[in-house]
Amino acid sequence: MNLNEYFSLVFSDYTLRTITLGTAILGAVCGMLGSFAVLRKQSLLGDAISHAALPGIAIAFLITGAKDSNTLLIGALVSGLIGTFWIKGITTKTHLKSDTALGLILSLFFGFGMLLLTFIQKQPNANQAGLDKYLFGQAATLVESDVWLMAIVTGLCLVVILLFWKEFKMLLFDPDYTKTLGFNTRIIDILITSFIVLAIVLGLQTVGVVLMSAMLLAPAAAARQWTNSLGTMVILAAFFSAFSGVFGTAISASQNNLSTGPVIVLVASVFVLFSFIFSPSRGLLFRHIRFIKNRRDLEQHKTLAFMYHIAKTHDTISHPHTIKILNNFQGFTRGTLQKLVKKNYVELDGNMWSLTEEGFKTASNLYNQQNNE
Amino acid sequence: MAQNIAVKVDDLTVAYNYKPVLWDIDLEIPEGVLMAIVGPNGAGKSTLIKAILGILPPIAGSVTIYGKPYKKQRALVAYVPQKGSVDWDFPTTALDVVMMGTYGSLGWIKRPRQKEKKAALEALEKVGMLAFKNRQISQLSGGQQQRIFLARALVQNASIYFMDEPFQGVDATTEIAIINILKELRKAGKTVIVVHHDLQTVPEYFDWVTFLNVKKIATGPVKDIFNDDNLTKTYGINYKVSIQE
Repeated sequence: MNLNEYFSLVFSDYTLRTITLGTAILGAVCGMLGSFAVLRKQSLLGDAISHAALPGIAIAFLITGAKDSNTLLIGALVSGLIGTFWIKGITTKTHLKSDTALGLILSLFFGFGMLLLTFIQKQPNANQAGLDKYLFGQAATLVESDVWLMAIVTGLCLVVILLFWKEFKMLLFDPDYTKTLGFNTRIIDILITSFIVLAIVLGLQTVGVVLMSAMLLAPAAAARQWTNSLGTMVILAAFFSAFSGVFGTAISASQNNLSTGPVIVLVASVFVLFSFIFSPSRGLLFRHIRFIKNRRDLEQHKTLAFMYHIAKTHDTISHPHTIKILNNFQGFTRGTLQKLVKKNYVELDGNMWSLTEEGFKTASNLYNQQNNE
Repeated sequence: MAQNIAVKVDDLTVAYNYKPVLWDIDLEIPEGVLMAIVGPNGAGKSTLIKAILGILPPIAGSVTIYGKPYKKQRALVAYVPQKGSVDWDFPTTALDVVMMGTYGSLGWIKRPRQKEKKAALEALEKVGMLAFKNRQISQLSGGQQQRIFLARALVQNASIYFMDEPFQGVDATTEIAIINILKELRKAGKTVIVVHHDLQTVPEYFDWVTFLNVKKIATGPVKDIFNDDNLTKTYGINYKVSIQE
């Protein structure tokens, strides 16, 4: 099945529809919450939480022996929350910085989870196959009830974000100030963090513990490039993330069930790369173009101002000069003068350059402007 | 002159880990003064403000605002944090930041409306930043960012203003603009407390001063206590400033 077939079947085929809807909803909620995580500089928290969820999945399987996704996700939720609280505890109660705490918890939980997975795989239980899908995700395993759960959590998350929009925004920007206004910042913090944990846990089945954080961060990082408004950023991130989810799943499902997580992450990375280069205000490309243009303008202004300066010492403004006299920049003078000729600010007669009436006026304006600033 | 006490601090002690940053501070700030808090780096100046405002938990001590606990009097108090305490690349506009000053009176969930927006625009005008209202905050200069923070506090329409180094990294024009606003606040009967670094300008800008170095060294009218003796006690070195009359 190729991509075209996949998308032509999405509306008619029940399984494909379920998967597509699921990844779209998951993407939307991850994009929204990812924006908050990125702006709080807690990008790595998501990574730690998702890795911390792995032992929970394994333990839930060991206890129940069932592979039902809801049971396993409850396990993931519990161990994800434990990991989160430990990180917060380590940062507040010890001298360790948060990146160290994140790294510690991430590797500890993930290591323990991997140990349990290996242990489970050695057991003579036919049911254990497929648990490793939680490492890199397999969207094809999504069923309708999973999608419903995602939809409910996403809807709830949306309501909370809309209700507490101003509180969230203020906390993200200036937590100390938020406190002085009488808001309980801990409640806002817990609200945001809980939803991030929930979104991550919901995404484990599709994207997997290893790469789940990219689903949160990449779309948000891309969205930040295009806008200076928090609202627009959240919406854009949700859109990018949903698209990455749907498209990534489509690629993975149409190519012999590749692991979904890596494909989704690659699609999201394309958004990031594109945004970093092509965003009009923050992108590398336009920034470089602006830089070159500014430098060129500056060179022209300087040359013009220099000629104006000399012209003032002569009786006529169009007193011609050789390039030698005007050559006060290293190598740029001839090119700059030629550009000024094109603008009709400078005349060339043989090898003598002189200001035109228009050039003189422009230069004197420039000169006054600079002095006024 | 019997003045009301705007802020009263009793036995305030704050510590990071084991080391006390503020030790047993007693402080009475009369209503209507423009007060500088001065002291060397690490003296606990910002910490004092943060502890008074409940941002940092004190180990001991209490703070009352007009005779009642601070928590009941929040509406009377506005805060201007250090400019460097936030990320100015945050995706928002100058007007939006100033609007935050109205969030306290709005309370949870309620959205700002026309009335709040009008108040924010007025505050922007007061600090001379109305033309920049839709500017992304990262595209403002340091001095402009400081004015935005000031405007946000002005919107709160408080009686007492706490400001953490509002003159840090601003040019001379902005400094004059800010001090004029502070003097206007005092004229309107407000109390303004400012963490300040430039000792030279203390006599010119302020009428009240607190010397702080972990402990309170002295507090009172500038003309009475801003002298070499207190400066030496606070800064530990033999300090000579000439106070021009």
